[in-house]
Amino acid sequence: MDRRSFLRGTVAGAALASAAPSVIGSAKPRVVVIGGGAGGATAARYIAKDSQGAVDVVLIEPTRTYYTCFFSNLYIGGYRDFASIGHTYGKLASEYGVTVVHDWATGIDRDAKTVALASGTTIGYDRVIVAPGIDFKYETTPGYSAAASGKMPHAWKGGSQTQLLKAQLEAMRPGGTFVMLAPPNPYRCPPGPYERISMAAHLLTEKNPTAKIIVLDPKEKFSKQGLFQEAWTKYYGDMVEWLPASMYGSIKAINADTMTIETELDTFKADVANIIPGQRAGHIASSAGLTNDSGFCPIVPDTMQSQMDPNVFVLGDSSIAGDMPKSGFSANSQAKVAAMVVRAELTGSRAFPPKFSNTCWSLVATNDGVKVGARYEATPEKIASTGGFISKTGESAELRKQTYEESIGWYNGITADMFG
Amino acid sequence: MHNKGVRHLIGVFLLGWSALTLAGNVERGAKVFQVCQSCHAIGPGATHLVGPHLNEVFGRVAGSLSDFKYSEGLRAAGVNGMRWDAEHLAAYIENPIALVTGTNMRFGGVASAEDRDDLIAFLRAYSASPRDIPESLPTALARDPDVDPQILAIKGDPEYGEYLASECVTCHQSDGADRGIPSIVGWPTKQFVIVMHAYKSAARPNPVMQLIAANLADEDIAALAAYFEKQQ
Repeated sequence: MDRRSFLRGTVAGAALASAAPSVIGSAKPRVVVIGGGAGGATAARYIAKDSQGAVDVVLIEPTRTYYTCFFSNLYIGGYRDFASIGHTYGKLASEYGVTVVHDWATGIDRDAKTVALASGTTIGYDRVIVAPGIDFKYETTPGYSAAASGKMPHAWKGGSQTQLLKAQLEAMRPGGTFVMLAPPNPYRCPPGPYERISMAAHLLTEKNPTAKIIVLDPKEKFSKQGLFQEAWTKYYGDMVEWLPASMYGSIKAINADTMTIETELDTFKADVANIIPGQRAGHIASSAGLTNDSGFCPIVPDTMQSQMDPNVFVLGDSSIAGDMPKSGFSANSQAKVAAMVVRAELTGSRAFPPKFSNTCWSLVATNDGVKVGARYEATPEKIASTGGFISKTGESAELRKQTYEESIGWYNGITADMFG
Repeated sequence: MHNKGVRHLIGVFLLGWSALTLAGNVERGAKVFQVCQSCHAIGPGATHLVGPHLNEVFGRVAGSLSDFKYSEGLRAAGVNGMRWDAEHLAAYIENPIALVTGTNMRFGGVASAEDRDDLIAFLRAYSASPRDIPESLPTALARDPDVDPQILAIKGDPEYGEYLASECVTCHQSDGADRGIPSIVGWPTKQFVIVMHAYKSAARPNPVMQLIAANLADEDIAALAAYFEKQQ
């Protein structure tokens, strides 16, 4: 961080900030939460709700309406309208007393225990919860950049990118080709690319039945593979072609002007291209020195505390959460553990053993849902899986419909749990 | 629910029903069936009444007769793979709501284990495919009666329950909304404990809930029950 601009910010932001909030005995302890997604919003809500005013909770989130990544594929498939996956922060403020600041967090000064905002304000903290989600490693997609995402969307962060991809798919020429470049591990939402292929195939089967879908995948296998491939054949005939890297070689160049993806062995011409680069923790996590060589943040398994700084907690996609996948469900689960620990540290409330779980539902076709889930425990080394389940191929239509209904119940549940 | 019945049911859950007796008496069972007759018919030419006919009920997938309108809960249990074997029938007859959330079977249950065994023997006589019926086991009554009341008697810690409940409300909405996933607020403690142990023993089929229950100690379940009972 630029020290001078940081100090300038401190002065400008005097209204909100107090550089060392707990120096004065009467001051309430303050928790600053960076990022209002499944991890951050949940943590903010639980700390505010359970501390009943004893902790000052500040949530920093740039967008006023948060569009969930989960269920965004259902919007692409035509099963949800866009408004239905948008959520606002009004209740967190009015019902739980969270101070919601719509701004970008630009840096964390861990020595001074302050967070700097793009507006110039700085906010002091006793604990900071870092939940910024992911950023992209563009070096995994040569030729592709943030600028190219206007023509070849990544659509891997919720909101306008998702709308762009859906609009492009709907406007694609008859018989055109949709190419997805899937991300390498580790990435946000392991079944997500393949649910998206299912939803795109559903959309195109209805609107553009001679269209083709090609998936270029740097991985040789993927989440729920048998279930997805069964569904693609069953519902979409030969529309979907999945190619692992061994079939196309490595990516040489991606060109948004010519809409081509050149690989070692072939060149793919796309009418619509969805390029999902490799991923790392959101930028603020690395700028604050919370990441390791992997680009993600090592945490203490039973608290979600950063291994770099006990006053910092890291949640969700930007953390290295052992066997837990990067999912909204995981982030929400981790947030409750962190909220419990933070509250215990700041207010002396009771500490309980951590509980972690995850379930990921995916929709593969109309009324055909599948799921995978697991339970975890914190060992000294990592958050380790203690068992799990996955839907089976060949399940009855009724069970699949019920699984889909269950996913709708979960969506309603988790968004209520995040936003109140 | 009758105390002895609870004890029996819990014991059965913990044993996975592997040791259930089927040494029931068909004639006595026919008498017990009189309490069922206002809603269920059985025998040649039996048709659906308020409840479905019970011919060939053994081994049948729960909620699977296409010409009968079941509750969502019973259909869901069947869709998840629950079959009417002796174990599930025994649990259902003892306390329908404890086995199937949202069932339409408004029936207080048969409290006596002997009556249930007799009733099941009677029902079995109207099923032609007894291969699905486990044979009676002489060790059926050799369960430890002391274990079960201890589990039920655990006093739940509601504050711990509130923390644990944060895991539940990711899916089960705290305001009681129940689209796709049932509401669990306001359940009586006993029922909550019985149901969670049914998931723990995999008697109830949903794999998400089996997984959640598998990681909950008896004290955890008691704490959750104590918390959710107080929620509205």
